[in-house]
Amino acid sequence: MPADFISNLYVFVLAGFVGFELIKRVSPLLHTPLMSLTNALDAIVVVAAIIITGRQGTPLTTTLGAIAIAASFSNMVGGFLITDRMVRMFKSGGAKRP
Amino acid sequence: MNAVALEQYIHFAYIAAIVLFILALKWLSSPVSARRGVLAGEIAAGLAVVATLCNPEVIAYKWIIISLIIGAGIGIPLGMVKITAVPQRTALSHAFGALSAAMIGIAEYYEGLDHLTRFGMGEIALEVIIGSLTFTGSLIAAGKLQEILPQRPIVYKYQNIVSLSVLAAALILAVALVVHPQQTTLFVAMVIVALIFGVMLVTPIGGADMPTVISLLNSYAGFSAALLGFVLNSKMLIVAGALDGSSGFILSVIMCRAMNRSFTNVLFGAFGTVQTTVTKTEARPIRSASAEEAAQILDAARKVVIIPGYGMAVAQAQHKLRELHDILTKRGVEVSFAIHPVAGRMPGHMNVLLAEADVPYDRLIEMDEINPEFSRTDVALVIGANDVVNPAARFTKGSPISGMPILNAYEARTVMVIKRSMSPGFAGIDNDLYYLDKTLMLFGDAKAFVGSLIKELNAVAAGV
Repeated sequence: MPADFISNLYVFVLAGFVGFELIKRVSPLLHTPLMSLTNALDAIVVVAAIIITGRQGTPLTTTLGAIAIAASFSNMVGGFLITDRMVRMFKSGGAKRP
Repeated sequence: MNAVALEQYIHFAYIAAIVLFILALKWLSSPVSARRGVLAGEIAAGLAVVATLCNPEVIAYKWIIISLIIGAGIGIPLGMVKITAVPQRTALSHAFGALSAAMIGIAEYYEGLDHLTRFGMGEIALEVIIGSLTFTGSLIAAGKLQEILPQRPIVYKYQNIVSLSVLAAALILAVALVVHPQQTTLFVAMVIVALIFGVMLVTPIGGADMPTVISLLNSYAGFSAALLGFVLNSKMLIVAGALDGSSGFILSVIMCRAMNRSFTNVLFGAFGTVQTTVTKTEARPIRSASAEEAAQILDAARKVVIIPGYGMAVAQAQHKLRELHDILTKRGVEVSFAIHPVAGRMPGHMNVLLAEADVPYDRLIEMDEINPEFSRTDVALVIGANDVVNPAARFTKGSPISGMPILNAYEARTVMVIKRSMSPGFAGIDNDLYYLDKTLMLFGDAKAFVGSLIKELNAVAAGV
């Protein structure tokens, strides 16, 4: 087993644990925005797609990379947009509504 | 700046992004700080993208820029969809995320073809299988939610055996690739089989199981990104993927618990198809009431709990319900909304719809908190919900929904149910709640009926 794999596994387990502790605390009120926000964060795979596309391998890998950039960047832009729209809608009863 | 220093700066940017990811989720825990969470996520994403564009490995920018523009062109409209379309948009975004992860995995395979280790091949194969099946599975889910595809489960004989054989075929191809990484034909076959399995995984699942399925697909999309991080040795992708994956996983567990079912049961159970035929058709007496009568009872109440379900979303009745909430509140009635975790088509669906209609979020009460309140509730108003208020889940042993946690609407002094007709709900089971002496059936379209309740209440108010 490569050494990289082991150090990556450490990161994965710790991040999974942090995720578990954080998500448990998210109010069920916000479960829909939670899903769209994690989706937008997940779209960070765009960085890998940028490298694949930008290092100019074969036409095949460049094409695959370009599709990956478009797909993940659309998630990033759309995910943040809709999450922000949703969380803005949650108003407390204490605040005066127009 | 020399290349080594530049690489270090890129890593620092990625580490900052990871910290911001975690803060984003932390701030999302409450509606008060949620917007700050979104901002933290945006900064993190921007930082990581800009840092990556500075990576010396990137030598050509043309296709990057074109694809970024196309991505933004798709993403902006998808971020501006109506709130009612959020479930299908979410499923579509799982599909895009998984597509992206699968594409990168495939590109990585072809680029590394000459120097692939067996271990590396195994990682790529697993990553590409999960990415591909999540891609097609999420597309099917989005199609069902958009009602391009039928929402009912599509089932046939020996379905589970067929589906599992297809999954097994994909895994066997993956093992063969680990032995012979250079066999590109095997790789292409594996991708195709995984894509087919994704379709087979979601077609048998009915609309009401969507909250679980959408959460599971969320978790797959996350874990495929984390696996991609292993393939590319990118710790940032591992963290982002692990956060997304664990989020989807926790949501799936919550959804399953809220239906008292297991993952296997949701994925392979095709609930709802078996029981539809066994519904008893004997006519039991019910009491129905007009809007006028119902309005008088509501006006005399001190505490009203409204229980929305998917039917409210279909009828688009949330804005009318907010008006009803406002009128009753103004007349001194305490109004709250009882939210069952699986009400609607995705986790938190009802909350978002009602928040959009300007219902204050402190009036949206989750199941465990509202249940003890029903015994002191004058009116429980059920609108578009069915199985989540069926007392059979608690009292009838052997009922298909037996053991499912429900909202205790039956404990209220009066129960009102707005419903089009007496047809049974998703599980195909008769709802005993409708036949109680204290239950009034209000027949009609949810939105129209709430509208006439409002009119009647206004008339009462004018009469005073």
